[in-house]
Amino acid sequence: MVEARPRVGGAAQAVLVAKKDLRIEARSRVAINQVVPFALLVLVLFGFALDADTAALRNFAPGLFWLAVLLAAVLAVHRSVSVESGDGVGDALLLAGLRPDAVFVGKTLALGGQLLALAVVLLGGIVVLYGASIEDAGLLVITLIAAVIGIASTGTVYGALLAGQQARETVLPMLLLPVLSPVLIAATRAWGDAMGTVATDGWAWLALLAGFAAIYSLVGAMSYGTLLEAAHV
Amino acid sequence: MSESPTSSKTSRLLGVAVALGAIALVLLAFIAVEPDVRINAETGQEIGQFDAVRLLFVHVPAALIAYLAFTVTTVGSAVVLWKRSVWWDVVAGASAEIGALCAALTLITGSIWGRPIWNTWWEWGDVRLLTTLVLFMLSLGYLAVRRLEGTATERARRSAIVGLLLFLNVVIVNRSVEWWASQTLHQKSTIADATIEGNTLFTLFFAMVVGVGAYVWMMIHRFRLAWLERMSDRFGTDDLLAARRAEADDHARIASAVGGTSPEGESS
Repeated sequence: MVEARPRVGGAAQAVLVAKKDLRIEARSRVAINQVVPFALLVLVLFGFALDADTAALRNFAPGLFWLAVLLAAVLAVHRSVSVESGDGVGDALLLAGLRPDAVFVGKTLALGGQLLALAVVLLGGIVVLYGASIEDAGLLVITLIAAVIGIASTGTVYGALLAGQQARETVLPMLLLPVLSPVLIAATRAWGDAMGTVATDGWAWLALLAGFAAIYSLVGAMSYGTLLEAAHV
Repeated sequence: MSESPTSSKTSRLLGVAVALGAIALVLLAFIAVEPDVRINAETGQEIGQFDAVRLLFVHVPAALIAYLAFTVTTVGSAVVLWKRSVWWDVVAGASAEIGALCAALTLITGSIWGRPIWNTWWEWGDVRLLTTLVLFMLSLGYLAVRRLEGTATERARRSAIVGLLLFLNVVIVNRSVEWWASQTLHQKSTIADATIEGNTLFTLFFAMVVGVGAYVWMMIHRFRLAWLERMSDRFGTDDLLAARRAEADDHARIASAVGGTSPEGESS
């Protein structure tokens, strides 16, 4: 390094990257105009598929909710990757001296923030459309956060691997959805407890979710540099 | 017999041995092994797996090879990341293809077996079923990643990362599905309480030996084929370069024959 310059810590770098992604989202409005309506549409389609059986919809509301989140998450991950792969932004970030793990955390935060907002809208959707009722708000909220971190970190890992690939649209769901099946299982069970539709220990399922989120956050932070190198950008 | 570019004397011998083994296995499975029929001591009824027991001789080796093959893929992926080995990259890819095939075979034969024995094609309460199914899907994802574009090095590293994560994911899925099944469905893996003995045990053991032989034989051929593809990619570029150089030399020769000097000579 030739010149001394203001040092930016890892956390600050992550916030910078997250703010960049969120700012792009705020200006392009892809998430709000396309991903959220898509997820709501999925909720409506589930209603048609289950023949508008109110009791069934209420019973399966947690599972349907998380399935809608997963499907929308695939779209959100595409978006998160494509803002990076155009114009060689990914390379530019690394050339600017940003730490790969900070980039990973930043992108995960931005993606997670968007998914969280999406989930809040969808939660309104299942309350209105399926008649879901919330019995344990604490469990519900913490589960939501843990699951979103798990989905966002996994999505960022696999998204980075496929950056710049023509075939990303078809390969990403194939890679991501089986990997996220434990999140679907655990989040559905925990919300089932929080919404009183199944008798199970939701907090135990929350622990599984937290474990998943921790593992993938760690894997992502440790391997993101290698991932970016391996990806064809 | 025409020479195949992927066979050698050893692989041909192995191939013949595996083929003979397969024929012997069919004979053993359908003639030597009796249908599994026992008498329930209390009710006097005939119970057991009857002819369905013969499916074991495909199902068990297929499952064994599937897990063996994905273990090889994971090991290969680790070595690729560690030592940047091309050899292990080719091995990992070849093994995953055979693994995916065997995982599918395991699921199909298991499903056919489950219909008469469990009275259902699919059992949501069985952890091994669910894990194998998710493993199969993950392996399809891995194979899709292998086919993505990029230079050989990029593809190798990318596949190796997905290959390593494959192992992690299978462990996570297995643990969570186990928990899910035990908490929700109240049905444990329904392995029939039959003790395997006599001809059945011998045939099962024999089937595993034949299966592993078939795996090795397929690996040899798939590996050599993939290796040749690599070489043709590499030498393809070299050939093109050589052709371009020859072309340039020709131009120089013609120029010198016509004008007495080469283009470089004129400019200097």
